[in-house]
Amino acid sequence: MTRELSRPLPRSWWLRHAPYFQFMIRELTSLVVLTYAGLMIWGLWASGDGGSFPSFHDFLSSPLNVWLHMAMLVLALYHTGTWIALTPKVLVLWRDDERIEPDVIAGANAVLFLAVTGLVLWLVLG
Amino acid sequence: MPEQTVFEVFRYLPDSETEPRFDSYEVEYHDNWVVLDALNHVKEHQDPTLSYRWSCRMGVCGSCGMMVNGEPKLTCETFVRDYDTETIKIEPLTHFPVVRDLVINMDDFIEKLPTVSPWLIREEEKDLAEGEYLQTPAEVAHYKRFSMCINCMLCYSACPVYGLDSTFTGPAALALANRYNLDSRDQGKEERAAVVTAHEGIWECTYVGECTQVCPKDVDPAGAIQMLKLSYALDWARSFVMPRSRR
Amino acid sequence: MSEPDRTAPLFWLLFAGGGTASAMLLPVMVLVTGVAVPTGWVTEEELLSLLRNPITRIVLVGLVFLFLFHWAHRFRYALVDLGLRRLGSQAWLFYGAALAGTALAGLTALRL
Repeated sequence: MTRELSRPLPRSWWLRHAPYFQFMIRELTSLVVLTYAGLMIWGLWASGDGGSFPSFHDFLSSPLNVWLHMAMLVLALYHTGTWIALTPKVLVLWRDDERIEPDVIAGANAVLFLAVTGLVLWLVLG
Repeated sequence: MPEQTVFEVFRYLPDSETEPRFDSYEVEYHDNWVVLDALNHVKEHQDPTLSYRWSCRMGVCGSCGMMVNGEPKLTCETFVRDYDTETIKIEPLTHFPVVRDLVINMDDFIEKLPTVSPWLIREEEKDLAEGEYLQTPAEVAHYKRFSMCINCMLCYSACPVYGLDSTFTGPAALALANRYNLDSRDQGKEERAAVVTAHEGIWECTYVGECTQVCPKDVDPAGAIQMLKLSYALDWARSFVMPRSRR
Repeated sequence: MSEPDRTAPLFWLLFAGGGTASAMLLPVMVLVTGVAVPTGWVTEEELLSLLRNPITRIVLVGLVFLFLFHWAHRFRYALVDLGLRRLGSQAWLFYGAALAGTALAGLTALRL
């Protein structure tokens, strides 16, 4: 029995192929989710008794925050887009012997996203 | 199109050499050739020492999987005319140990398949005299896609989770488990749980999705795994509300 | 012999819940805190009164919970995929952080 060759996967595997890179960016959008959770905690603290609301509001109004939010918006939308696209794979529904078209499921989720966005904007701005 | 294509082919001859290398073969261009045709031509006319697997040459046996320009492909279905380059690189399927040249050791894959109990499991077998288990076209449709796997292992080559950890059960084996779980004649979902819902089973998958992209038979193993995750997770949740609930 | 991973379904369901919540809500929330507030479309008083509303606070704690458990699960598997298997395998570290963050959010929300 002669020696078999093993070819270990390099750590840079995800940099070498566009779909792998897109996958890794998708996974790293979880850091945006983390960051925003942190912001929510700060907001809860700042708006509560003993919290310093003006400094929280000043930060939100700062150019740094606007740039940060623009970056977060792009990544958040990437998460939303990829998540909606994947829901038909998890949620497989049938009507008799025909599978409900994946695009219908994704489309319904997209409509839900738009509805939720509209609702929140109306609640906050209205 | 160039009049010739140069095939850069991975060679590994452990009986005489310790390191792999690439050999270059010039092959005349033919509009209707697939990569397998070129390899067969090389073996017949240029270098009989080249080793590789193939069989049906029509995309149903799953034998001829190789990396073509870095992508896992069935070489019998990969047309030379689709590569508008002068060089095409041929390597053995990644994530598997190389035995020789383009031949990989597939033991890990073969050993994994039976672990998902890929046969109909019944709590009670029907008496033979009662006839066959009947199935409507709708019931067949539920699992048909996942039954189309030809065990070509392209999905294992595409899967970075398997590349990083060969204890991962992997796309084809899990898609096969889903094929049986979804079969109306089968009652073995709980029995398959030990392997399918082990950490090395569905939970190790991070839904890269490349397995589905490279599958030549449109099995959608990534989709199968996500279905398994939801299905077993809901069973888990139900088990707290309704202990020992049946399907 | 293999045996079922008995905690995986819980963390996967939480990941899925958090992923859905963040997919649906994160973009609009970012629009609020990143555009509506800086431009003054929502004034400082309006924002304060919105955040001090008990219903808002309960919802925000719920979202912190879902967002943090989504991050914990996805990020620790991303670390494994990036080659940092030992770090990513410390499940307690990530889910513990998510729990701690949720507790912090909960305690902070009560300060009214």
